[in-house]
Amino acid sequence: MSVTAVLILAAGTFAIRFAGPLLRDRVTLPDRVRELMSASATVLLLALVAVSALTNGKQFGGWALAAGVAVGGLAAWRKLPFVAVIVLAAVTTAGLRFAGVA
Amino acid sequence: MAAVALGAAVTGASFGAISVGSGLPWWMPVLMSLVIFAGGSQFMAVGIVAAGGSPAAAVLAGLVLNARHLPFGLAIGDVLGRSPLARIVGSHLLIDESTAFAMAQKDPARARAAYWACGVSLFFSWNTGVLIGALVGQAIGDPMTFGLDAAFPAALLALTLPALKDAATRNAALVGAAIALATTPFLPAGVPVLLALAGLFAFRTTKKKEEPCLSPQS
Repeated sequence: MSVTAVLILAAGTFAIRFAGPLLRDRVTLPDRVRELMSASATVLLLALVAVSALTNGKQFGGWALAAGVAVGGLAAWRKLPFVAVIVLAAVTTAGLRFAGVA
Repeated sequence: MAAVALGAAVTGASFGAISVGSGLPWWMPVLMSLVIFAGGSQFMAVGIVAAGGSPAAAVLAGLVLNARHLPFGLAIGDVLGRSPLARIVGSHLLIDESTAFAMAQKDPARARAAYWACGVSLFFSWNTGVLIGALVGQAIGDPMTFGLDAAFPAALLALTLPALKDAATRNAALVGAAIALATTPFLPAGVPVLLALAGLFAFRTTKKKEEPCLSPQS
């Protein structure tokens, strides 16, 4: 992550936010486009979850990693606090590795 | 609103700690949070770069993620205020939560008050959380990285879970995740996540009569 990349992302994000109130009187987005924009955010996030939970960037990332994320996901689904989700995931993965699971 | 602010602080602290654990200097997540101020895209960018992806892929994915703010801005419109300064500052505070709080109010004056109160308090709690998380993560150092690779996707999954309740979104997201996983061995890091957007072809809202025949599990 470079400062340049951060600034470009920041500028682009601000432009997106600023465009809404500015164009309000002139533009109406079709429902379909609105739905697609909202869905694309979820699609990207879940894809990143899948890739970072199951791979090391090239191949299968190991059972310890997958199991840790699964435990975290279960905790989130059971509506446990955010901190508990993260700690449970990390502790599970670390514990399995400590026990010799790859 | 206090609960929402507290939640943002905790999420911010995780973001700070996870970013530092992935090898970034402490000030990088702090800078990101101040100037980008959109949690999902910050997690996304750090995650892609940490996995070896290019900054370009990280920026692109972050921008697509933040495109959802455009319809928010169109929807709330005048809530920000009319003056140029109010519009500029107010635009930076345009996030899921402030939009939701404003839309929950019928009276324009109250909607404006709710928007600014939520936006300002979340800006402070989020950035304070990130700063504390980054400093704590740096102090802990190495032990934090152990199992850290699981903490990151788990945090993202927790953030994504509520949106997956919608069946059409869930189908598209599952197809997209399958595409990303299938292409990961062959493509540079970061690209498979962007390719997942092809999963949107499976995005069918319930208005159509036909059953969604593309079952992502099959």
